[in-house]
Amino acid sequence: MTNEMTNIVVEVMPHFEGYVYPNEATQQPLWSILIVLYPYITGLVAGAFIMASLVRVFNVRALEPVYRLSLLTAFAFLLCAPLPLLFHLGHPERCFEVMMTPHLTSPMAIFGFVYAWYLMAVLLLELWFDYRHDFVTWSNITPGFQGMLYRLFTVGVTDITEPAVKLDHKIGHILSIVGIPSAFLLHGYVGFIFGSVKANPWWGNVLMPIIFIMSAMVSGIALCVFNYLVLSWIRRKTVDMNCIDVMGKFLFYALVLDAAIEALDWIHRLYSAEEGFRIMQYMAREKLFYTLSLGQVAFGTLVPLLLLGSLQLFRKRIPDLLRRRMYFTSGLLVLIGVLAMRWNVVIGGQLFSKSLRGLMGYKMEFAGLEGWLMGAVLLALPFVTLTIMIRLFLSEKLPSSGVPDPDAGQAI
Amino acid sequence: MNNPVSRRSILGKVSVAVVGLLVAPAAKVAKAAVQQVFVSPGAPKSYDPTKHKWRMAIDANRCIGCGLCAEACKKENHVPEGPYFRTWIERYIITKPKPGSAEARGEVLVDCRDGGMHGPPESPVPKEEVQHSFFVPKLCNLCEHSPCVQVCPVGATFDAPDGAVLIDPKYCIGCGFCIQACPYGCRFLNPLTKTAEKCTLCYHRITIGLKPACVEVCPTQARIFGDLKNPVTDDPLQQFYQNNRVQSLKPHLGTEPRVFYAGIDKEVR
Repeated sequence: MTNEMTNIVVEVMPHFEGYVYPNEATQQPLWSILIVLYPYITGLVAGAFIMASLVRVFNVRALEPVYRLSLLTAFAFLLCAPLPLLFHLGHPERCFEVMMTPHLTSPMAIFGFVYAWYLMAVLLLELWFDYRHDFVTWSNITPGFQGMLYRLFTVGVTDITEPAVKLDHKIGHILSIVGIPSAFLLHGYVGFIFGSVKANPWWGNVLMPIIFIMSAMVSGIALCVFNYLVLSWIRRKTVDMNCIDVMGKFLFYALVLDAAIEALDWIHRLYSAEEGFRIMQYMAREKLFYTLSLGQVAFGTLVPLLLLGSLQLFRKRIPDLLRRRMYFTSGLLVLIGVLAMRWNVVIGGQLFSKSLRGLMGYKMEFAGLEGWLMGAVLLALPFVTLTIMIRLFLSEKLPSSGVPDPDAGQAI
Repeated sequence: MNNPVSRRSILGKVSVAVVGLLVAPAAKVAKAAVQQVFVSPGAPKSYDPTKHKWRMAIDANRCIGCGLCAEACKKENHVPEGPYFRTWIERYIITKPKPGSAEARGEVLVDCRDGGMHGPPESPVPKEEVQHSFFVPKLCNLCEHSPCVQVCPVGATFDAPDGAVLIDPKYCIGCGFCIQACPYGCRFLNPLTKTAEKCTLCYHRITIGLKPACVEVCPTQARIFGDLKNPVTDDPLQQFYQNNRVQSLKPHLGTEPRVFYAGIDKEVR
């Protein structure tokens, strides 16, 4: 019986090609689905925030209908962003050591601070100043527990006279300006975690932080497109076509930039063909065909580029319904494409040996901490959080003070 | 009065220099004391890491691939079963070029069954087709600029003043960043303790005057170990440095490994 069991285990063991260092011959890569999700979710936060900043800082009034939705999206995803990282640790109970005794030469050590800064100093404060006026109003008209919640959220600051509200808007504007470099920092830093690993030629790349920032913006805008269309559909509300057109335009330009930089990275790799290039090329062809060639390049980049590009050219000739469907498809494809890109970076970097002589295999399990199920739960969690937030803060039953006047900030 | 070199400025500079001279040794002592407090995994209290400089060198010409070192290491350091090794032995087989191929060399075949613990398997190519065949023992390269130390987010892995690169298992959060950062595949995440692990030069042994387990059992002295600060008569390490032109692994990465190899080939990475 034992022999039979052992034989089965041997068969299930992943397949290695060529020579891999003995410590690399593990069943699972060290960083798997959880570390794929971590930069994905963080990127969505940064991108959604940039989307909101377009209204607040860059005065793109057409995007007003999605302003609050974008901010709430960023917030809901930010709350869930550290979870995959935390679950992946061998000793999650020691996670606070990263902040208590950080090792300052480590790119990972700064994550706690960047995250805390972004959550506490930027997003939470901006949301509060944005919503304070509404909280006061809502706490007066909503009965029961929900009303109590709103009262709690005011933190006792119930002054809604004109100068007080104006001050809210001014501070909100400043926070938004501070938020843009912070969002870049948050995700550029995530890119640096990988880009700084010189031991791994797939990761160690100076363009990595920039690629991560660009793909974050693309995925964040796509998420806002997706959320806006889904929310309008659920609420049976008409979609503001001007708003979605402008979102589509920004998505298109961001995608063009993103694709250009990633293409530059590949051209450079192909041309310089440094040590390790051949094994990486072989790995990408053999192991990443579905996620790289199909997922990231064909369906995640080229198809959305075509769809969004044609929408830029022939917008007026395409009927509203078809346009909405094209935006929805592009948004969804981009979201899947960027997820595939995170997979290709994180998993791809661990599918070839650092001896540059062999490939490792990876079959994702279903259950378990690093399985499909856990991945799906962690990916669904921010959407659940967002649903609760939308119920509380984007309720149709409550009057909204709407988007703060961007001109208020310009008086500073 | 306007003279820039006033008596006051000279006195000031001199006193700063004097204070600096006084503080420097004190700071050095304090640093050593602090390091001694921290450098404690397996070392006795009386051990002073600042008085040693441990080094390992590998003479690949002597290695017969018996695997005793890898086995001894597993036992001595309670390394878990499976693909977890603090040291291992790679076998390189470089075949002769195919007749008429106009190549200098044939294929390069590398293997390492069970970390080389039980000796090499049967050669995959017949003897007469082999151009070169040799064994390369691998271990932590004890880099001067260790990427693993650089990236540890909590400082759980550190350079000891005596040349060892150590990990504090009570402090490691198990993020795996150091394992990704090591270019030589020398680290692994211990599945039982969930912390990173690697060769410590058998710190618990060398700090009480013993040799690392792998050095102790090596029947051919392919592994050479010594203390640069306390050379003995006919020091094997000094002789190794004197008698060989040496190489280190992946020098282009700038990690400056302190483990030197003699008798390896360009194919060794």
